[in-house]
Amino acid sequence: MTLVLPSPARVAPAAGRRLLLERFTGLGFALPALALLVLTILAPLAVLVVLSATNYEFGAVDMDWVGLGNFQKALADPIIRRSLLNTLIYVAIVVPGGVLGGLLIAVLVHRRGKMRSVYEVIYFLPVTSTLIAMATVWQFLLHPSLGPINGLIKWLGFAPVAFLSEPTTALATLAVIGVWQILGFNMILFLAGLTAIPRDLYEAADIDGCSGGIDRFLTITWPLLGPTTMFVVITTMITAFKIFDTVAVMTRGGPVGSTEVLLYNIYLEGFQYFHTGYAAALTFIFLAVILLFSAAQTFSLDKKVHY
Amino acid sequence: MSGAPLPAQAVTPAHSVLRRFVSMALVHGVLVAGAIFMLAPFVWMLVTSIKPPAEIFSGEIALWPKRFYGVENYSLAMEKAPLLRFALNGVIICVGILAVQLLVAIPCAYALAKLRFPGRNLLFVLILLGLCIPVQVPAMPLYIALAHLGVLNTYFSMMVPFFLSVFAIFLFRQFFRSFPDDIINAARLDGMSEFEIVWRIVTPSAWPAIAAFSVFSAVAHWNDLYWPLIVISDAKLAPPPLGMMFFADAESGSNYGALTAAATILTAPLVIAFLIARRRFIDGITMTGVK
Repeated sequence: MTLVLPSPARVAPAAGRRLLLERFTGLGFALPALALLVLTILAPLAVLVVLSATNYEFGAVDMDWVGLGNFQKALADPIIRRSLLNTLIYVAIVVPGGVLGGLLIAVLVHRRGKMRSVYEVIYFLPVTSTLIAMATVWQFLLHPSLGPINGLIKWLGFAPVAFLSEPTTALATLAVIGVWQILGFNMILFLAGLTAIPRDLYEAADIDGCSGGIDRFLTITWPLLGPTTMFVVITTMITAFKIFDTVAVMTRGGPVGSTEVLLYNIYLEGFQYFHTGYAAALTFIFLAVILLFSAAQTFSLDKKVHY
Repeated sequence: MSGAPLPAQAVTPAHSVLRRFVSMALVHGVLVAGAIFMLAPFVWMLVTSIKPPAEIFSGEIALWPKRFYGVENYSLAMEKAPLLRFALNGVIICVGILAVQLLVAIPCAYALAKLRFPGRNLLFVLILLGLCIPVQVPAMPLYIALAHLGVLNTYFSMMVPFFLSVFAIFLFRQFFRSFPDDIINAARLDGMSEFEIVWRIVTPSAWPAIAAFSVFSAVAHWNDLYWPLIVISDAKLAPPPLGMMFFADAESGSNYGALTAAATILTAPLVIAFLIARRRFIDGITMTGVK
């Protein structure tokens, strides 16, 4: 840090005092945030590092060091492997579904005039609603004998599907609900991106003979939406990795573990079975997966996006 | 422009009207189909909440009950669970969290944007790192600490992990940076303290960012399940999602009339607020981006 003092000697004390005052004020203003940062993020992270190297169980009197044992155990644990795979499958459905669905609706709603705000409200409604309450409603909608969806399937002459109690369909069903929840949010982000594209470009494209809707989309809209798409993909992915609510309320990891996901397993190990040390290691695996995928997406999309 | 015919002119008017009509029908067809998918749960929730059990269990698809049973379902739901208490708990924690978030984040963001002090860059780097840490990561150590302090099952334990919003600091810092230095210097010459400058001059100018953040924060914490599920076991303190979970468990998922009535009551406050302040909500949630 270098201090550049003004040369005239008599100005120096006043300026120096002002600088000193600024430093103290700055520190004072930052102090509450810094204290909370240490107490609620940094210190817990440090504690978590220590815990992940022990076999501590909440409430126990003693604990032993196990080094990287928890991590080795987690990576070899078939339940954790399955929950990691389930989480990735869930993400692999929700990200394309939520991003492309949001993009499609945004492109169709854009410049729709009077109807635009009506569609906006309808599609955005699930974002503001309490997912737990709506999950209960979804459960009923999907009920094998009482739900209207199966009513419709039966009316069409097919056999009813037990969406949530069938291992082959449960995870995909939760993913559809995940898409339902996030689609409107992505639509609004894409609409903001679309509004920023100058109209002249479309007129220029018209003159160049590029008049079909799909042509215009591929030559102008899609490339210019690049930065928005990158942001939407990453936020959708992070949200999808954190899937917990619908699993906790609708399936509790079942049937036969087909909807066990990372965060739900961390919750069970850490707060139900109190395998604290093991859950700490799982938490780091969860964090690593999120950060790794976000970084990979940023890199791979960054190469394709032209600002 | 040359006189060469454009592709559009090559088509007869009737043809182009037809094409326009078909493409319009297609666009609205997709939008309406999507809208039905979006709205179906809400519609079915409202319809089921006013149906008698006999009609619910008949499995028929009817959008209006033959016998109006709303009074019974809603009063049963209110009687079986303290739904208004859940909603009140939601309001208390949302207001409490937001108040502390703003009181902590605004001065810090101002200091990061406009004041020179030692450690400023380090603090900013830590804030950026904090943005990458979901709350589920520090949850377990926080739980252990709160358990040792004996404050599990309190409003405080529900709010404390969210008192610091690194996101608010980041957002407000971006806003404050564009605030003109001349005005701040003029205020200083007028003898205003930095404290007054923050709260009476700079903060009012950042109103759009603060409103947007407030909406985002309220929606996030009204709907949060993970943390309350961990620290709250006393149903009297449950916020709406946890209350709904307790209620659904107690009802063992059989009385769909009362369940959907409860879901309606707990979803209503935010949805009504959204319908009233539509633009604010959409701007708030999208401006803040990270959910």
